[in-house]
Amino acid sequence: MKNNQKNRHVYWNPYFGGFLFGILILLTFYITGRGIGASGAMKSSVVTIVDTVAPTHAENNAYYSKFISDEKSPMNTWLVFEALGVLIGAFISGGLTGRISWRVQHSPKITSKRRLVFALGGGILFGLGAQIARGCTSGAALSGMAVLSTGGFITMLAIFGSAFAFAYFFRKNWI
Amino acid sequence: MGPLIPNGIIPQDWDSIIAILIGLVFGFVLEASGFSSSRKLAGIFYGYDFAVLKVFFTAAVVALIGMYYMDYLGYVDITQMYVHPTYLWGAIIGGVIMGIGFVAGGFCPGTSLCAVAIGKVDAIVYVIGIIIGVFIFSELFFLFQPIYEGYFMGNITLADSLGVNPYWFIFIFTLIAILSFVISDIIRKRNKKIFY
Repeated sequence: MKNNQKNRHVYWNPYFGGFLFGILILLTFYITGRGIGASGAMKSSVVTIVDTVAPTHAENNAYYSKFISDEKSPMNTWLVFEALGVLIGAFISGGLTGRISWRVQHSPKITSKRRLVFALGGGILFGLGAQIARGCTSGAALSGMAVLSTGGFITMLAIFGSAFAFAYFFRKNWI
Repeated sequence: MGPLIPNGIIPQDWDSIIAILIGLVFGFVLEASGFSSSRKLAGIFYGYDFAVLKVFFTAAVVALIGMYYMDYLGYVDITQMYVHPTYLWGAIIGGVIMGIGFVAGGFCPGTSLCAVAIGKVDAIVYVIGIIIGVFIFSELFFLFQPIYEGYFMGNITLADSLGVNPYWFIFIFTLIAILSFVISDIIRKRNKKIFY
């Protein structure tokens, strides 16, 4: 336990992590012919919830109806299973290093409440943006870049460019 | 020859199982690299921790070089790979909105899932936010439809749009990545250390 406490903030060398991550993306393309993704599972969740609560509304909406079919549930997709794997994998890694605990992580200069408000707002924007760009940092930017997709590179530049440009306004939350 | 599942070398039935296994490694690597911590992720924007830059760029370079090498050696056919389509303004506007969300919330969808797995309450709230964001987009789809479906340029690659040789592009891209690692280390040494 004491050893765990010491290791809590010791992470992998970023080049080692990045190398394995790159190999994983390569392997994913080699096996499935497509890349990885993360926001897709959340989109499937929304489609499923709306389709369950208000099926006619979902069918009439031009966006939800793209992902609804009579044969299978919108949750029965590759990206949803992959997201389940992400949760399990991160849980194993966090468990091995003693990082699992209920907490709100924030800078000591701000309150938990402020952190949660900004997390909610940031999530809403990211969810909205990921739909407009048809993918997030994993699905559009990283998987796109692995096959030299022009859209992938543009999305990557837009995400990081805009985050750097707006970083000044959110500095109190982080430093 | 790859890709294995589309070419029927691995049966389609394994699709979901492989998805979970790939996700498992994905989650493990992200968490072990520290991507379950929003304060570590946000470090790139304030110059106190460049893990995002290093992991992200290393992964992109390794995947790119590996992909073109495997194509060259005949293990995969790169023309069969799914190339993320280019909708010019969707990519730009969506990316800018995601960037604000990133620096405000400190996560992206993949990293927030990792943080949820180890019990970060802020990440759970962030994921709820993403779900609300997707809901807003879907309900107001008629407003976003012109940028979502317009300015379509096909499933193009940079080799098409810039007219460059992909091998040269990857070589120069790798040099840029290495240069950015060197510069990021210099910047980090100048900034005061932040403990989190």
